[in-house]
Amino acid sequence: MIDYISSNTEVIWRAFSEHVFLALIPVLLAIVISLPLGYLAVRYSKLYYPLVNVSSILYAIPSLALFLLLPPIIGTRVLSPLNIIIALTIYSVALMVRVVADGLNSVDPTVTQAATAMGYRRIKRLFSVELPIALPVMLAGLRVATVANVSIVSVGALLGVGGLGALFLRGLQLDYLDPIIVGIVLSVLLAAVCDSVIVLVQRRFTPWSRVGGRA
Amino acid sequence: MEYLEFLLDPANWELGQSGAIPALVVDHLFYTALTLVIGALIAIPVGLYIGHTGRFAFVAINAGNAGRSLPTLGLIIFLVTLIGFGLVPVIAALVVLAIPPILTSTYAGLRAIDPASVDAAKGMGMRPLQIMFRVEIPMALPLIMSGLRSATLQVVSTATVCAYVGLGGLGRLLIDGIALNQYDRVVAGAVVVALLAIILDLGAAALQRLVVSPGVSGRALTRTSNTPSKRAVPAGSDAPPSEAR
Repeated sequence: MIDYISSNTEVIWRAFSEHVFLALIPVLLAIVISLPLGYLAVRYSKLYYPLVNVSSILYAIPSLALFLLLPPIIGTRVLSPLNIIIALTIYSVALMVRVVADGLNSVDPTVTQAATAMGYRRIKRLFSVELPIALPVMLAGLRVATVANVSIVSVGALLGVGGLGALFLRGLQLDYLDPIIVGIVLSVLLAAVCDSVIVLVQRRFTPWSRVGGRA
Repeated sequence: MEYLEFLLDPANWELGQSGAIPALVVDHLFYTALTLVIGALIAIPVGLYIGHTGRFAFVAINAGNAGRSLPTLGLIIFLVTLIGFGLVPVIAALVVLAIPPILTSTYAGLRAIDPASVDAAKGMGMRPLQIMFRVEIPMALPLIMSGLRSATLQVVSTATVCAYVGLGGLGRLLIDGIALNQYDRVVAGAVVVALLAIILDLGAAALQRLVVSPGVSGRALTRTSNTPSKRAVPAGSDAPPSEAR
């Protein structure tokens, strides 16, 4: 194992950094896309069920199928990393829209009424009252999306773009466990680190909420 | 339209023809069902035990996260490299992935039950097993079902990937299509497996509504435990699609 790692540091590092890139860019894109969509689903409650249902249908599509269906639809090459990034963005948005909407819906109406009575206008109230209160719920969803992304990226290796997934395929071809184990460990570690970062962000920004207990 | 050639060719839809789309769908459903049955037989009793007794709760709480963070492809390839090609390692890998969502939601379902209902059942003279089967399980059923639904999604999706290590099913069209450079075959596989997954998910959602007792499907899903916000899950709702894939 040590031999394998020391003689392949560069390959492993490249696979790892590709993995980080492919997994986390979609998370950032999803935050930017799902916040306004989730807000719309709350503001115009007629939109809630259409948005949630479309999301859950998109979420049901198997990852390998989505990776391969995107090229003819959006005109990318089959081997382009864009397919992976866009597919993961779709999954993350599908998950986050619902979480953002449910988070905003969970804000106690008396709180928003109090804020309104204190003179907050809609936008100011959204950013300084509703979003902070909804933050724990939204960050819980973000954790799920991030961890899932880190895990799915490796499927992309079947199309030649999969970060640590490349190590799995190499191990299978060589009938050699070391790269597979290194890949799994790094992937799980990356997921754990991302997860902990989000938990820390939550503790830092929502000191009033009790953390813990919920998975 | 050349992308759709394989999908639209009637020869690929012949019933009973091995390698044609209907036979691949049947294979895919077989793997999915086999995995879910094994997974449920393991995860539901364990989840019930943990939820009922409160012992080993950390297992149920962390299983969901741990299951999600395991890279599916890595797990499959690890088991295949370790054990060898064949149905057993692949189904084993799929079962490992199916267990966490079922376990976590069974546990969560039991924990979300208002203790007053259990006390009332006790007061009526029910025995522990009666309480389990006539109170706790019916009340936890919405969440148990949503765990099964997440697991179904996860398994359908991952079974596709398993074609890479020799499993049959619709993944064959994707993997063989890539290998043969026949993109219409890939598109056929991707479209059919996506539709299959969506249909199964909608079916599971319908089943979820069907089997849940009307007394429970009302407002009984309000989470009471340690959630600071008053977050009510809408009636008969699908839990957030959180565990899947």
